[in-house]
Amino acid sequence: MNHHLILRVITKILIPPILLFALYVQFHGDYGPGGGFQAGVIFAAAFVLYALIFGLDAANDVAPPHIVRGFTAVGWLLYIGVGVWSLFLGAPFLDYSVLAHDPIHGQHYGILLVEGGVGITVASTMITIFNYFAEHGRLPKEGDDD
Amino acid sequence: MTDFISTSFMEHAVTILLFVLLAVTAIAVLRLTNLFAVVMLTGAYSLLSAVLFVVLDAVDVAFTEASVGAGISTVLMLATLSVTGWRRKVSSSSNIVPLLVTLVVGGALLYGTADMPDFGDPNAPANLHVAPDYIKGSEEDIDVPNIVTSVLASYRSFDTLGETGVIFTAGIGVMLLLGSRRKKKAATDKTGETA
Repeated sequence: MNHHLILRVITKILIPPILLFALYVQFHGDYGPGGGFQAGVIFAAAFVLYALIFGLDAANDVAPPHIVRGFTAVGWLLYIGVGVWSLFLGAPFLDYSVLAHDPIHGQHYGILLVEGGVGITVASTMITIFNYFAEHGRLPKEGDDD
Repeated sequence: MTDFISTSFMEHAVTILLFVLLAVTAIAVLRLTNLFAVVMLTGAYSLLSAVLFVVLDAVDVAFTEASVGAGISTVLMLATLSVTGWRRKVSSSSNIVPLLVTLVVGGALLYGTADMPDFGDPNAPANLHVAPDYIKGSEEDIDVPNIVTSVLASYRSFDTLGETGVIFTAGIGVMLLLGSRRKKKAATDKTGETA
């Protein structure tokens, strides 16, 4: 898409606010609408937009697929890790009250970490799924191989 | 204006308008054979339902529906179309049996709603069981102003753990289904370079 000058300029202007908005939704989820799921999808949308306008190779340079693939597991493991951490502190699985000296602070830490895990998994999974479909779409069709 | 038109009338009017638009979009999706238009209309359908959720004051759900349903799903469906092709085959088989099944199931569901408590009824079973504890607790025990977040991430964090697992599994599934051909392609590329 080398000739779409307007799209390229607008995309370059739009991507930083999209990423910033995703982070806002992620960390402001305690106070307003939003949370890990929405933030993850918005974060992924920025990468999808970049891939659509500048091509898959450029997007793969920004976010190497094997690293993004790894993050799909990292987010979920972070979530489970919070639960295991509370187990080690002598509380039931995913009971955040023991994570800090003050139960309310513990709840805040727990929610922050868990939402972070959700956001990481959702964003990286969405980028990965888009990546695989886009990669698959530009391969020669099944019959053309041989 | 508000003296003449009460807010509840406006709310009903907006709800009815949105449902009519939803039905029109659904019928258009059924009748079109161009899959590109179908994908775009399903995106519009998601956006309309997101607006409906806003009317119901469920902004978190509306946010999810708008970003997931109207946003990323549309892009993923378009990516799928680039693999499968843009035209739908019109099936010649009879539609009578599916129509009957739809009518019977829809009728049963409508019949079931007669027993449901009124919308927003404070004495409905769903509002009497754990909901009061959650509403009180998310202020006292968790101190998070957005009750949806405290329910989703703390009271019901097992559910959310499972949901995140579902998304992770979906990603793994796509990788397994589409990844094998990619490896083959990479292997042929390598042999092509050395040759």
